[in-house]
Amino acid sequence: MLAYTARRIVYVIPIVISVALVCFLLVHITPGDPLVAVLPADASQELAAQLRAAYGFDRPLPVQFGLWLMRALHGDLGNSIATGRPVLAEVMRAVGNTVTLAIAAAIIGFTMGILLGLIAGYFRETWIDKVATSFAIAGVSVPHYWLGMLLVIIFSVQLNWLPAVGAGPNGSNSWAWDWAHLQYLVLPAITTSVIPMGIVTRTVRALTGDILSQDFVEALRAKGLHERGVFRHVIKNAAPTALAVMGLQLGYMLGGSILIETVFSWPGSGFLLNSAIFQRDLPLLQGTILILALFFVVLNLLVDIAQAAIDPRIKRG
Amino acid sequence: MLIKNNKTRAALIALLALGSAAAWPRVAAAETVLRIGMTAADIPRTLGQPDQGFEGNRFTGLTMYDALTGWDLSSADKPSTVIPGLATEWKVDDADKTKWVFKLRPGVTFHDGTPFNADAVVWNVEKVLKQDAPQFDASQVGVTASRMPTLASAKKIDDMTVELTTKEPDSFLPINLTNLFMASPAKWQHFYDKAEGADAKAKSQAAWTAFAKDAAGTGPWKMASFTPRERLELVKNANYWDKARVPKVDKMVLLPMPEANARTAALLSGQVDWVEAPAPDALPELKQRGFKLYANEQPHVWPWQFSRIEGSPWNDIRVRKAANLCVDREGLKDGLLAGLMVPATGTFEPGHPWRGKPTFEIKYDKAAAQKLMQEAGFGPSKKLTVKIQTSASGSGQMQPLPMNEYLQQALAECYFDVKLDVIEWNTLFTNWRRGAKDPSANGSNATNVTYAAMDPFFALVRFLQSGMAPPVSNNWGFINEPKFDELVKKARQTFDPAARDAALAELHAASVDDAAFLYVAHDVGPRAMSPKVTGVVQPKSWFIDFSLVSMK
Repeated sequence: MLAYTARRIVYVIPIVISVALVCFLLVHITPGDPLVAVLPADASQELAAQLRAAYGFDRPLPVQFGLWLMRALHGDLGNSIATGRPVLAEVMRAVGNTVTLAIAAAIIGFTMGILLGLIAGYFRETWIDKVATSFAIAGVSVPHYWLGMLLVIIFSVQLNWLPAVGAGPNGSNSWAWDWAHLQYLVLPAITTSVIPMGIVTRTVRALTGDILSQDFVEALRAKGLHERGVFRHVIKNAAPTALAVMGLQLGYMLGGSILIETVFSWPGSGFLLNSAIFQRDLPLLQGTILILALFFVVLNLLVDIAQAAIDPRIKRG
Repeated sequence: MLIKNNKTRAALIALLALGSAAAWPRVAAAETVLRIGMTAADIPRTLGQPDQGFEGNRFTGLTMYDALTGWDLSSADKPSTVIPGLATEWKVDDADKTKWVFKLRPGVTFHDGTPFNADAVVWNVEKVLKQDAPQFDASQVGVTASRMPTLASAKKIDDMTVELTTKEPDSFLPINLTNLFMASPAKWQHFYDKAEGADAKAKSQAAWTAFAKDAAGTGPWKMASFTPRERLELVKNANYWDKARVPKVDKMVLLPMPEANARTAALLSGQVDWVEAPAPDALPELKQRGFKLYANEQPHVWPWQFSRIEGSPWNDIRVRKAANLCVDREGLKDGLLAGLMVPATGTFEPGHPWRGKPTFEIKYDKAAAQKLMQEAGFGPSKKLTVKIQTSASGSGQMQPLPMNEYLQQALAECYFDVKLDVIEWNTLFTNWRRGAKDPSANGSNATNVTYAAMDPFFALVRFLQSGMAPPVSNNWGFINEPKFDELVKKARQTFDPAARDAALAELHAASVDDAAFLYVAHDVGPRAMSPKVTGVVQPKSWFIDFSLVSMK
């Protein structure tokens, strides 16, 4: 297991460097001026040259990349052009908010998805299956930002039960797990959870149905094992694949959703990315993409290791 | 219930009286809070020189800071003009028109209690102009220096007098100075002394970062709490030097909400009291629910800026005039924009001191437009192809795509064949500086970038003066009109304010008579608020005075 883990970690290194290179190049090859946030269109040429030099944009691209990568390895992603604040602090704060949202959405989405999937798989081809599957299809089909707006109209505007936007009450400077803050999380978390809920439902349903139709299940039943025991076997056999799917979904959620976070003004990484894109804030954009990509890579690594721990065949393969 | 026992009654009365007395101060001192949903995706920079254009100045500039000169925001009816701010008077030197003397307002203190004086002015000028000054900050230069392009240096004469020097004679300086906000040097120094960094530059940057979180200006509002990307809480400065502008509300909370529907929902659900730019399709519901809507003509222009390089179809004045006469601006206003625009008949409208008396009347007259086009050699069977570079969104761009499609249809009736080249907003903005000759123009012979018109340089000079052609400034179309150059020079070198305004009016009238742009619309800065918000005056400005606002 240790050798497998070490091998997986070594494989990750070139991926991380490639990700860094791609995200650096992507933001540099897009048209437009990287200093648009601080350099008005009527600025003098001297001023433009002075600022380009101050931000290091006058250097050759390979030099810029080398310097950026060296600083990044030391935990310094530079400062945001638009705000002047350190990028790492900006990104980590936003990622913290996105993680909060992702955890809440994962709890809702995965719980609902597993439950609906097991029920639909167990009662395959019945009306119960059809109802559960309809939920799953709706989850992956409905545009989630539209659903978010709908929830806001119902629960904030009409019923006045929950706040429409934001991540905490006035006077609060950080997240806390109390109702004053949690009420801000409810609507964005439900909105974020619908896609993973749909995907997990469909995956678990297919796995459950497939495992239940296998010979060993018949054998277990023939031996007189009660249904709870049978189900334990079903879950154990379905777990690696379901875990992989949930890991991927969690990865997507940890990446933040630009649309959902913008609809709810939730100050997470999607909201930050949106702001960085519109302001062409290159250091912020590069830093955010890099951190999110690293999250995704690390999460995939953890899922691979977890799968290998659960299913020894993967390790051998 | 009748209380028969006198002792009990007396005790109850005493208890009630005590209870009332205890409760009274709390009731009297109930804090009033104004919560505002901004269109910005982040709190504009708080360190003195905001980013995010004039929305930044509106929320984190003019609230916490003052400049030497300010804007009169007290009237909704007349154009907003420059008034004394932290300077009470100013005068250009009779012998050397590049030297100005500004007398400073006595008795003003920064929020940290330190005095505002000539040293503070020099320090604030040098934070953006003197590269070897410890407080020099490159990130503040771009948003400041370009707005006062001729300011060169500042020198203390005495504690309450400062001399400013410009690179060339420039009568616009007092207007430009509304953009230079005065931050507390002492507060910054305090952070600098505490800062850690490899060198002076790193320490300076750390000091500005710390200052942004705990800022001190001289403005009517003081920073109370700042959570990046979430909220900025300001409290009233009870000791503000202008007693008439001490805020009537105790606290103001600024919340970034870039999505129009989210802002509108927040207002409708009572989460905020005021939103900038509500979703246009929600206006009827907002009105129906008793929310108040405010809008007023802003110093903003939505134009087509014509290319005047060799071979451009816009070189013929008949074509330029025809385009201006072929657009039904009232139809655009009442239809597509639900009333949220003012038809443009120039950069400035009648009543503005820089309007002048143009002889070419910009209005909707399709017959006259068709006649001009026929005179220029075009007609139903020979259309003139023009290409416009625009964006799908962008700051101040209103609704660029539908508006351009409206123009496309309107101008088709006057024998124009309009092609649209739609690109991303920041790219369009960058191309604006590169000009019509640059490959980035992609063969376009007009560009559609909106502009602010508060300052003569921004409103007229950078577009009309030949020397402002790319790469120098925003004369995208390479206009080269000796008359404009003469009038710019005259305006810049006329130092009596009334005579300067007259010269600017002459320049503006000349630009309208030349149909220098296709003038389409002025934005109106729509905002919606709860009926609890009172005392709002929406001036003809990008800015608004929050000090006047009360909460019921």
